[in-house]
Amino acid sequence: MQLNITTDKKYIIAGIVLIAFIIIVIKLFIIQILEQSYKLSASNNVLRYIPQYPARGLIYDRKGNLIVCNQATYDLMVVKNEVKAFDTTEFASILGLSKDQVKDGFVQIRRVKGYSPFKPSVFLKQIPAKTYAILQEKLYKFPGFEVHPRTLRTYNKKIAGHLFGYIGEVDDDMISKNSYYQLGDYIGINGLEKSYEKVLRGKKGVNIYMVDVHNRIKGSYEEGKFDTTAVVGKDIVCTIDADLQEYGEKLMRNKIGSIVAIEPSTGEVLALISSPSYDPELLVGRDRAYNYKILQGDTLKPIFNRALMAPYPPGSTFKIVNGLIGLQDGVVYPTTHYGCAGGYPYGRGVGCHIHPSPLSFIQAIQMSCNTYFCYVFRSIIDKSGYGTIEINFSNWEKNVKSFGFGNRLGIDLPNETRGNVPTVSYYDRYYHKGGWNSLSIISLSIGQGELGTTPLQIANLAATIANRGFFYTPHVVKEIKGEAGIDPKYIERHTTTVDSTWFNYIVDGMEMAVNVPGGTGTIAALPKIKVCGKTGTAQNPHGADHSVFIAFAPKEKPKIAIAVYVENAGFGGTWAAPIASLMIEKYLTDSISRPELEKMIFDAILLNRYARKK
Amino acid sequence: MQERNRAWRGLDWPIIFIYLLLVFMGWLNIYAAVYSDEHSSILDFTQRYGMQLIWIFFAFALAIVILMLDRRIYFVFAYFFYGISIIFLIAALLFGRVVNGAHSWLQIGSVGIQPAEFAKFATVLALAKLIGVYNFKILQPNSILKICAILFLPVVIILLQNDTGSAMVYLVLILMLYREGLPNWFMLFLAFMVLLFILVIIYSMTTIYILLFSLTIILFIIYGNKTKEAIIYAFSSAIAGVIIYLISKYGGYSLSLDKIVLISAFIGIPLVLIYAFFRRIKLIYYLSLFLFVTSSFALTVDYGFHRILPIHQQKRLNDLLGIEADPQGWGYNVNQSKIAIGSGGFFGKGYLQGTQTKFNFVPEQSTDFIFCTVGEEWGFLGSTVVIALFAILILRIIMIAERQQEAFARVYGYGVASIIFFHVVVNVGMTIGLFPVIGIPLPFFSYGGSSLWAFTILLFIFVKLDYSR
Repeated sequence: MQLNITTDKKYIIAGIVLIAFIIIVIKLFIIQILEQSYKLSASNNVLRYIPQYPARGLIYDRKGNLIVCNQATYDLMVVKNEVKAFDTTEFASILGLSKDQVKDGFVQIRRVKGYSPFKPSVFLKQIPAKTYAILQEKLYKFPGFEVHPRTLRTYNKKIAGHLFGYIGEVDDDMISKNSYYQLGDYIGINGLEKSYEKVLRGKKGVNIYMVDVHNRIKGSYEEGKFDTTAVVGKDIVCTIDADLQEYGEKLMRNKIGSIVAIEPSTGEVLALISSPSYDPELLVGRDRAYNYKILQGDTLKPIFNRALMAPYPPGSTFKIVNGLIGLQDGVVYPTTHYGCAGGYPYGRGVGCHIHPSPLSFIQAIQMSCNTYFCYVFRSIIDKSGYGTIEINFSNWEKNVKSFGFGNRLGIDLPNETRGNVPTVSYYDRYYHKGGWNSLSIISLSIGQGELGTTPLQIANLAATIANRGFFYTPHVVKEIKGEAGIDPKYIERHTTTVDSTWFNYIVDGMEMAVNVPGGTGTIAALPKIKVCGKTGTAQNPHGADHSVFIAFAPKEKPKIAIAVYVENAGFGGTWAAPIASLMIEKYLTDSISRPELEKMIFDAILLNRYARKK
Repeated sequence: MQERNRAWRGLDWPIIFIYLLLVFMGWLNIYAAVYSDEHSSILDFTQRYGMQLIWIFFAFALAIVILMLDRRIYFVFAYFFYGISIIFLIAALLFGRVVNGAHSWLQIGSVGIQPAEFAKFATVLALAKLIGVYNFKILQPNSILKICAILFLPVVIILLQNDTGSAMVYLVLILMLYREGLPNWFMLFLAFMVLLFILVIIYSMTTIYILLFSLTIILFIIYGNKTKEAIIYAFSSAIAGVIIYLISKYGGYSLSLDKIVLISAFIGIPLVLIYAFFRRIKLIYYLSLFLFVTSSFALTVDYGFHRILPIHQQKRLNDLLGIEADPQGWGYNVNQSKIAIGSGGFFGKGYLQGTQTKFNFVPEQSTDFIFCTVGEEWGFLGSTVVIALFAILILRIIMIAERQQEAFARVYGYGVASIIFFHVVVNVGMTIGLFPVIGIPLPFFSYGGSSLWAFTILLFIFVKLDYSR
């Protein structure tokens, strides 16, 4: 019996040993084979991916002048655990900080997500090259600090801030949306920088290093087999003529509004001005956030890109569209005459200025007769034999939209707005079904009412007329270096619903408006070049009328089509027309024949004219 | 020649072979753990693997000496060795160098030794001599006293040295004592206490008291055949609990819930004892004692854990039991160790290809966490082989111990097996998160002369005892 018990104990002890070892093997099986997370943690532990930032692509203007380029700056990094006592006073004075700011810097770095005392944290961002030169020599005195080179933008001409946009550091939201970006990366936030971000940014490279527990680099991983080199961003040639852009911004100084100039034969945007503009250099680097806030707080809204985002009423420039639709629909002929006795007498009535009467179609364009186009518009909407007002209005709407109104044209810049072209259902809602007629919406005949068009769309109208009936989607990039051609949607011809022949009458009318006495835009006439133009005076609820002018030149084989908006500046012939004329002359002849006119524009201060009729 | 041949054949070659294999593997892994390109020569004596090579040669020399000495020395001088090792332990406590907060290193010239490592074999020898005498009855009070004295003297000194891990090793000798006569119920009771220990850390005292009380009642029902009485008792205790709760709530005493449960469980005990006395039911005495002992134990553990145990050890236990986790803080060691082993996969990353251990993510990688290198570079396959080698070694020692005619050799054998077993299970267990981090080396593997020599001595005395059988 005693013997039995002891032998049993032998097996019990052996059993305990075996069970313990089996448990260990099972646990090993779980963590080595079943559980995958440890393998991931291991590579996270030991591999450090150091991104290699490529230089961002440069931007040239259409003549090949370098406009947007890169400047080197330096991020001062600190590895907290490697910092030893150092001369704070000297350190602070090199960096131009106070001692408290240096102390505060050490507090700040801890607040960043993913902070580790073993990893480099950004201590001070974007130190200018000058400071870096001094710092570099003394850096040995400050163990734990190191400098990482970065590139920022700089501008050879301080122009086109709206167009180029700006770059900034990615935020958490962008990182979570796009895995390419990591904390500290730069990204185009607006303008060209945003829409061509993928082209300009190039491709980040990565060097994979193995690090030990203190994050000290122990060598490159697998002898750099998996490292990738950074690919430099592609350069862009934009369609902008930098001289013209600069000149336009100068003309628009102290005025609110926009100029858009397009090359009709290609749809290339020659100048895109929104005034007031700002120095793009303001939105570079460390001061960006501060300056942005100031710009944002400005009551004149300098950040707002009026060229693409302001849906102004088109005013009289829209008579061209109604005239073309009327000709196409056969409700008016070039020979049709209407009398005008100071206004359109029906409904609430529409006033008109003093001019000879009656007028032919071409003369009506020349003299911008409101009455004439009220007749035309009512004929379009009320023409018999074609069905109801709804059908006729829908046709009109379709025709208007074929000119690119009411929808985004699709320019290669962000934040373009659609503008507005009213629809049948809109009026059915606004009045009630059947509760409106051509008289209720008569304002549309002279480009008022519910119409909203951006300066870009109006410039596109000028280009369409210059082309006698078609346009190419306006765009700002001419060439991406190293890529064959641009987006095919910019070489696709868009034809309007109006036959090409009808455009000739409009062109003649516009020619006369500028070149024949009695025309509304005679101030825009140039000595050797036949400019065709059309004035507009857009009433608006915000104050005095906007001064509008569209034009193209020369009449045959036009090289430039332009739209000018000057907010609250009154009659289109007074301010917008001379500005357009100067722009055209500058572009076509590269000289100015009327310095006194130029001086007048330069000197004009057309701000604060909000109060109507003062 | 004939004589010589027999001499070789008398040795237990499987044990020696496994020993050599483990020592060699250990050395390879130390090399891998501290490997760097600057010091790639395996014979670089400024590096740990170079030093370990020296320790290994000394260990072999020691083994040969042990095998050549007369076996009677180990029996006759057992208490002498024990006494010497106690003196060394005290010397280390008084004059010792402090390493990792423990006074456990004795500096002799340029060599530091850890007396606690050597005290193991001496203690086992002494116990074997005590228990190995003919007709020794382990359950007599006299015997228990002696065993406890021999066992706890080094434990107390080592605890005073602040080397809890090494002290805990001695507890495993319970296995040896079990083989020599400790009853089954005692082992079961110990196992229950260990379980209780864990439960106390995880659950609230209220839960623990209810659990113990219920268990006592259930035991009474099973063994006492007195279901009715048991239920009446349980029921009245519950009512007492409710009454005490109400009194404390509305009488303004605000007793905590665990105290209320405790009081209501024990309030009926005097009555029950009187009942047991008149009815002569012995079981009730035992169960009352059981309830009392376990409750006190639970209370002590709870108090000790939350009030006495240093915060880092509390956290280690919490981490292990999955109560809290902080992989960057105090859970760092174990987490990194698990990452290293887990990243090994089935076949491992290959020798010298480990990244976690080589770049110092794992702390103490050549000593206490040497198994990480095995796990990372040799994978599940290699780890299992190492574990299996240890298992075979231990089982082989038990097998050989059982075939000894002398109780002395048998007891000693079980001591050796128990100590190696404890070291392996606890060491490997801590690297894979099965045990709390207790700084004890992996036998034959870990870097360090003291540990390697001590285990060599421990093992080879047994080989010698078996050889001379």
